[in-house]
Order: sequence, then structure tokens, then C-alpha cells
Amino acid sequence: MNRTLRRKAITTVVAWIVALLIFFPIIWMLLASFKTEIEAVATPPRLIFTPTLENYRDVAFGRANYLHCAWNSIYLSVGSTVLALLIAVPASYAMAFFPTRKTKDLMLWMLSTKFMPAVGVLVPIYLIFRDTGLLDVATGLLLVYTLVNLPIVVWMLYSFFKEVPPEILEAGRMDGAHARDELLLLLLPLALPGIASTALLSIILSWNEAFWSLNLTGPTAAPLTYYIASFSSPEGLFWAKLSAASTLAIAPIVIFGWLSQRQLVRGLTFGAVK
Amino acid sequence: MSTEASQVPAGTARAGWNLAASGGRMPPIRAMKLPSIVLLVAWSVIPLAMTLWFSFQHFNLLEAERHFSGWENYKYLLTDDALAAAVVNTLELVAWVLLITVGLGTLLAVLFDQDFWGRGPARVLMLAPFFVMPTVSALIWKNLLMHPVNGLFGYLMQSVGLQPIDWFADLPLTAIIIMVAWQWLPFATLILLTSVQALDPERKEAARMDGAGPFSMFFFIIVPHLARSIGVVIMIEMLFLLSIFAEIFVTTSGGPGNASTNLPFLIYRYALLDFDVGGASAGGVLAIILANIVAIFLMRSLSKSIET
Repeated sequence: MNRTLRRKAITTVVAWIVALLIFFPIIWMLLASFKTEIEAVATPPRLIFTPTLENYRDVAFGRANYLHCAWNSIYLSVGSTVLALLIAVPASYAMAFFPTRKTKDLMLWMLSTKFMPAVGVLVPIYLIFRDTGLLDVATGLLLVYTLVNLPIVVWMLYSFFKEVPPEILEAGRMDGAHARDELLLLLLPLALPGIASTALLSIILSWNEAFWSLNLTGPTAAPLTYYIASFSSPEGLFWAKLSAASTLAIAPIVIFGWLSQRQLVRGLTFGAVK
Repeated sequence: MSTEASQVPAGTARAGWNLAASGGRMPPIRAMKLPSIVLLVAWSVIPLAMTLWFSFQHFNLLEAERHFSGWENYKYLLTDDALAAAVVNTLELVAWVLLITVGLGTLLAVLFDQDFWGRGPARVLMLAPFFVMPTVSALIWKNLLMHPVNGLFGYLMQSVGLQPIDWFADLPLTAIIIMVAWQWLPFATLILLTSVQALDPERKEAARMDGAGPFSMFFFIIVPHLARSIGVVIMIEMLFLLSIFAEIFVTTSGGPGNASTNLPFLIYRYALLDFDVGGASAGGVLAIILANIVAIFLMRSLSKSIET
């Protein structure tokens, strides 16, 4: 066995052990979700058991309204993303292709709003929501998510638009394209992969958001983060059901995340690392 | 991947972008930027001003009376034992998680950069915890893993003859640090891995030709190359870690006592459990100041990366 091959074999073993250790809590949750409640709390832990789909059935169709919360999560993450894109695309286009002396300051200022800790404005937002009847209203939370993610969306779109050669837009302009056509027919198709990954990041962030959802919603507007938190009450230790609900709650986003990991780096570091 | 570094003087149109030649039909750029600006001003300035205003008022939702009270809330806050505990806990949480994630993340970035079988799938598994919502990871760790009677860790400790630890009762902050570090390790690894991959292979080759072993390669070539990315990771993580909330909310509720109360949780307690709007707002002002100190550094390094 030559040296490079042996080295590769050792690296493979070490790296896989590390990866599986990091992933382990998720595997453990996945296993528990197919156990009965009694098996889930058994000591020593059961590794061999007859898998059951009971928990999933209970979660999806039981009393606790999982489906309602799942729908809220979809509505909130997709809705706030669409809204943020509608607001951000024109702004990013204007800043990427028509920079002025103030563009850089404007970009930095937008980002700085992201650095305001949510808890610092919890009280006023809570009171405004209470007084306008938006507490526990999904659309109220949707607006919050839109505003929370807007700076990241603007930054990410900006960095993708910057990669579109302005000559292409200029050519269209020479042919008499209006600004609106230029944006819709030339820029958007060219920047589509970038827009898609921006949308994906925004969906992921909204889906997993757990400060505003815990503080501004109740049973009506609760997304999945809130639904899962309700399992923390000490009365019921439904570990198997908790695991099934958790698996369902994280599955779509873990898959989304895997699909877009490369672009995520860019979004999560505000374009500082590509 | 990166765009050209050619800097065009601010205020001029970019190269090849001749408005006069194109008939000078300018899109309404002001109007296009306006919605974003107006919304973000409303979102940041109005609540901020309200927090500041409330912080100088005697204002409890349970009391009818509400009046200006000067520095009263700040005085009350600064003499509350819970504040000192919360500030220390916040800083400990941030510091330990940063140490663990950046330290291990650097090593893992180098590890996952190596050529090995199944590298793609292994990376995917390593990355997964970052996408798990905070309430889910909190409950998995609290129940399935760290529960003293039925959790896996308790069983493992018992099977080697040790007394199981009741993590969230006896070592609540440590337990939260471990859990949060698990969530953020993939983030640090992913960013640093991306950065390692951008390292010029010729530089590594040159160092190897000069007889650099794996250790000097790591410390003299890779770590210096990563310095900037490590800085970015530290600052971004810091902003998120300063506002950890859900993990504490569903595991310990800040307890026992104030043992795992951090600043966000303390403010939440003032506001939504004690209904003390004034006190919570004063705490909010402190949290904003703390976050801004971090943000200033981050903004300074990010401002270099914008190409206008």
C-alpha cells in the first residue's frame, strides 16, 4: 500500500468519525421518532426495536395542531421572502448599477440595522403589536421577518448583481429597452441562480427564527419553532412524539441548507467570504 | 468567483456604462431605493427611540400610573444582582462558544479540505446541525441526550461507573454552551473551509518544497491565510450569540436562580413576566450598546469588502 493511499484511508476514517459524531444527535432523534414512548425513555437505550410510524401519525393528525403550525411556518418563511425580494430587487439593482457617492454608506447603514439586538426593541414592538391587534397574527410576524431579513437580502442580491456584466444591460438599453424591461427581461434571468440562493437563505432564516415567534405569537399564528417549544412543558414527556415532530420540522430546511451551502457562506458573511 | 477588484472612483458610472451613449434614459433609482430605506428607518429608528424613551419612565403594565422617572430604571437595574449575573453569563457563553467553534472549526476546515473517500456526504452530515431550529436542538439535548435518568449521556456515564450529571440543574450554563457550540461549529467550519479552499495550491506546494511539515504548514501557511475569515466568523457569531434566547427559554428558563440567565433572557423576564416596561427598556439599551461595540468592528472590516 503506497503512502498517499494509506494517508487517504486514515483521513477517511478520521473525517467520517468526526462527521458522524457531529451528526449523532440528529440520528438519535431520528431513531427515537420510530420508537414507542416507553422504548424512547428506556434505560439502557434500545438500539433494536420494531419501528413504528405511530408517532408521525399522532403528530400529523393528533390534537396538537402540527399541520396548522407547519402551514404557518411555510406562510411566514415563503411570504416574508417574496415580500423582501420585491422590496430589495429594485434597491439592489439601483445600487449595483448606478452607484453614487453615498451607496457604500447606505449599504453599511442597512446592514447596521441588522446589528440591533432583537431584545433591545422587544418592548416597543410588543406594545405596538398589542395596541394594533397584531399579537398572534401571522401577517404581523411576516412583516417582522421581512424587515429582519431585508438587509441580508439587499446585500446578497447586490453582490450577485455586481457579477452581471453591465455591458449586457447596456446593450439592451441601446436597443431601447426600458428600465423595467431591462430589469425583468435581462437582469433577472441572468441573476436567477443568485436570486434563488438569496431566497433560500431568507427562507432558512425565517423558518428557524425563534425569538419573535416565541414572543409575538400564540396558538393561532404559531410557527413550528413555537410548536416544538410547547413540548418543553414538564407535564408531558412525550419524547418519541417530540422526536417525530422535530424530524418533520427540520427535514425541509436541512435539505434546503444542504442544497445551498456554497451560497450560504456568502449570505451569512454578508459577502465578506465567497 | 470574486469580481474584479478594479476600483472606479465613487460617483462615476462604471466602466462601459455610458449613459449619454444609451440615450440617457435613467431608471428612477431614487424611487427604487426608497421603499427599502423607509422601511428600515421605520424598523430601526422608531422602536429604538421608544426603547430609549421608556427607559426613563416609570412604566409597568400592571399599574395605571406612568411617569417620567429619570435614571431610576438604570439605578434599579444596576443594583439588581440578576444584571451582574446576566452580563457575566452572556460573556461566558459568547467566549466559550467562540473558543470551541473557532478552535475546532479551524481544525475541521483543514480536515474536510483533505482528499478522502465520501468527502461530499461527510461534509453534508457535518453541516446539518446548523440548520436545526433552536427549539428542536434545545429539546433534543435536554431530553434525549442530557437527561440524568433517561438520557444517553447519563447511561454512558453510568455504564463506565460514573455518577450521571444532571446537566441542566447542576451545570446549566455549561450544558447550554455545549449545545450552542454544537449548533455553531458547522457555521465556523463551513466559512473557514470555504476560505481554506481558496488558498493558492502553489503556495502550499512551495512551502512543502521548502520542507514544511504538517504543523508548520498549519501554523505558518493556513492559519495566517484564515486570519481574516476567522475575524469575520468571530464577529458574526458574536452578534448572534449575544442574543441567544430560545435555547434558554425551552431548557432552563434562566435557572436555577440566575445561573443561566443571559441579558436577552433577563430583559424578556422584566418585560413579559414582570411587565416592567421601564426596566426592560433600560436593559434593552444596555444590550444595544453591547451589540454596537461588536458591530463597529465588524462594519469596519466589512466596509473594505464592498465594491462600488
